[in-house]
Amino acid sequence: MIAVLALRSLRHRRATAALTVLSIALSVFLLLAIERLREEAREGFAATVSGTDLIVGARTSGVHLLLATVFHVGEAGSGLRWSSYRALAGHPSVAWTVPLTLGDSHRGFRVVGTTEGFFEHYRYGRAVALAISSGRIFAGPREAVLGAETARRLGYAPGSNLVLAHGSGDDGFMPHADRPFRVSGILAPTGTPVDRTVLVSLEDIDALHAPERIAQSDDPLAAALMAAEPTAEASRTITAFLVGLRTRTSALSMQRAVNTFPDEPLTAILPAATLQEVWALVGVAEQALRAVSIMAVVVGLAGMLVALLTGIAERRREMAILRSVGARPSQVFALVAGEAAALTLTGVIVGAVVLHVALPLARPWLASRIGLVVGGVWPSVLEWQLMALVFVAGSLVGILPAWRLYRHSVADGLSVRT
Amino acid sequence: MPTSRSIESDRETLAFSRGSRVDQSLPDATPVIDLSGLRFAWDPGAAPILVIESLRIDAGERVFLQGASGSGKSTLLALLAGVVVAQGGQVRVLGTDLADLSPAARDRFRADHTGMIFQMFNLVPYLSVLENVLLPCDFSPRRRARAEARGGSPRAEALRLLASLGLDGPQLLARQPAQLSVGQQQRVAAARALVGAPELVIADEPTSALDADRRDAFLDLLFRECARESTTLLLVSHDAALAPRFDRRIAFADINATAVRSTAA
Ligand SMILES: Nc1ncnc2c1ncn2[C@@H]1O[C@H](COP(=O)(O)OP(=O)(O)O)[C@@H](O)[C@H]1O
Ligand SMILES: [Mg+2]
Repeated sequence: MIAVLALRSLRHRRATAALTVLSIALSVFLLLAIERLREEAREGFAATVSGTDLIVGARTSGVHLLLATVFHVGEAGSGLRWSSYRALAGHPSVAWTVPLTLGDSHRGFRVVGTTEGFFEHYRYGRAVALAISSGRIFAGPREAVLGAETARRLGYAPGSNLVLAHGSGDDGFMPHADRPFRVSGILAPTGTPVDRTVLVSLEDIDALHAPERIAQSDDPLAAALMAAEPTAEASRTITAFLVGLRTRTSALSMQRAVNTFPDEPLTAILPAATLQEVWALVGVAEQALRAVSIMAVVVGLAGMLVALLTGIAERRREMAILRSVGARPSQVFALVAGEAAALTLTGVIVGAVVLHVALPLARPWLASRIGLVVGGVWPSVLEWQLMALVFVAGSLVGILPAWRLYRHSVADGLSVRT
Repeated sequence: MPTSRSIESDRETLAFSRGSRVDQSLPDATPVIDLSGLRFAWDPGAAPILVIESLRIDAGERVFLQGASGSGKSTLLALLAGVVVAQGGQVRVLGTDLADLSPAARDRFRADHTGMIFQMFNLVPYLSVLENVLLPCDFSPRRRARAEARGGSPRAEALRLLASLGLDGPQLLARQPAQLSVGQQQRVAAARALVGAPELVIADEPTSALDADRRDAFLDLLFRECARESTTLLLVSHDAALAPRFDRRIAFADINATAVRSTAA
């Protein structure tokens, strides 16, 4: 009975009701969307590298090593000797290693010197391997493989030529203009920093830098030797290397072995743990996002409260009529509180439905532009909880006007005095 | 006629024995309204605005209670409806002392036994004319059953009442109250007060928003419908012009001691 009356009354005031539902729906949409993106961003971040058990570089902080090698943020530091790399790569618990050399750039995109092993072993997300979207990986000298974003932003295709520069920054300095590269292939988008790289072979990096070393060398003999053998592995240094272990369980002992490596001071990090550490640093931004979305809900519910409170004066008469035909004050209360609950519920449902309709439509765009892989259509447990929370909050908001009308309907008698 | 009515009320007694005790026997001697030693103040600390030593209205009476605006007539009706409770004395309706009932039982009692008509704003704006008339049947199973017994279904009984009050035609019945004239609204309110044959109909200035012609027409219809069921009618108004048409006329100032005092002062 009261439910029927509540629905009829809402229908009667459908313009206001629709606005209220709309504002709640928008705020719920925002809340759920932000929560979803936040969740995906966190998961995506945590899965920037997966399947790599250790990252090893010169002695530095773990966060610094991770930022430099995985995110290409900050300077790579001194590097480690090839001999050290060889020694550790031969360790019995190591399954594979991939060396990385950083320090060059092309028009703002970082150049990573590495081996074919990178394409074979690098994993991101849920153990997803890199895929070539066009062309092939580098095979001959001075061939480069581009990350998806690098290629898209610079408009390169397989066969394009590019000139690398030493150092990072927009144009770097000391361009290696005498040794142009040719694009051999382009990677499919990954949503990780790999998208913004230029991948070349270690040998090509060595060749680029050989003339510098010759120029820098005071010893004419050494310079002559280096000039004669520019790719000498013995003199090579690399920035870091990725390690895959035979068994996960040996990660900690392997880390200890690296950290106590006798020949030079090295650092090994467990990428997953260090990624967590870095994410904690951006946790503030995460909280700010959540605060904004909660604020949106508060605003939405405040709108409903205002609408219900301004309706009170008008509805006192209606309640007096219902009282005269036998309604109890508690039914008056239920009528108003029920309306608030119905409005909130509708708003929550509309907001959630719109989100889950919009999500599949936005998915390709999110994946290609922001690198967010937004999965699952069905709401997560957290999302159900948030929706329940909004519903409860909205129902609580209804208590104030319901209580006021209840008080009126007890005190007014049957004639409303204004 | 009297025989058939008593058979009918016997049937109702069987069907609604879980309802009010009053149904079981309503000897003609039991007054519909019986006040004694009534004292009421809206603000419990202040001097009472109602002091009524006694007032008795019998079944089937048509009573006109006339009093100045602000003298407390509507307040008295709220007491009779059980919406508010007196601080002193007894308010008996159909033999039941309303003070003995819980608030919820008083609301139920009102739904079951009392129909009300106000001066204005009688109708719930978001319900159609027909839905407004059927409201008492939604709150009172007793009135629903009595309407069914009379008209075959509550809806049919509501339509019959509306038609006999001069309101018919499907589009009129589907209308929202705001689309009706004031006179039409008052007749809808009367139909609602009468549906399901409550023993008592209380009308608070029901004609004050009507012009003289419509006022008389309205009273004619109201009297006729009350007579059908021997419904007791208590109508209050400040307008003495209505008085000649009633069986019994009461000046509010005569029964309410505070009113006497305030007129004297
Ligand atoms: N709900 C209420 N709360 C407090 N005072 C009221 C209320 N209703 C009426 N009154 C006061 O009681 C007195 C009588 O009012 P009322 O019964 O409406 O008079 P009448 O119907 O005779 O015009 C007035 O002074 C009025 O202000
Ligand atoms: Mg009055």
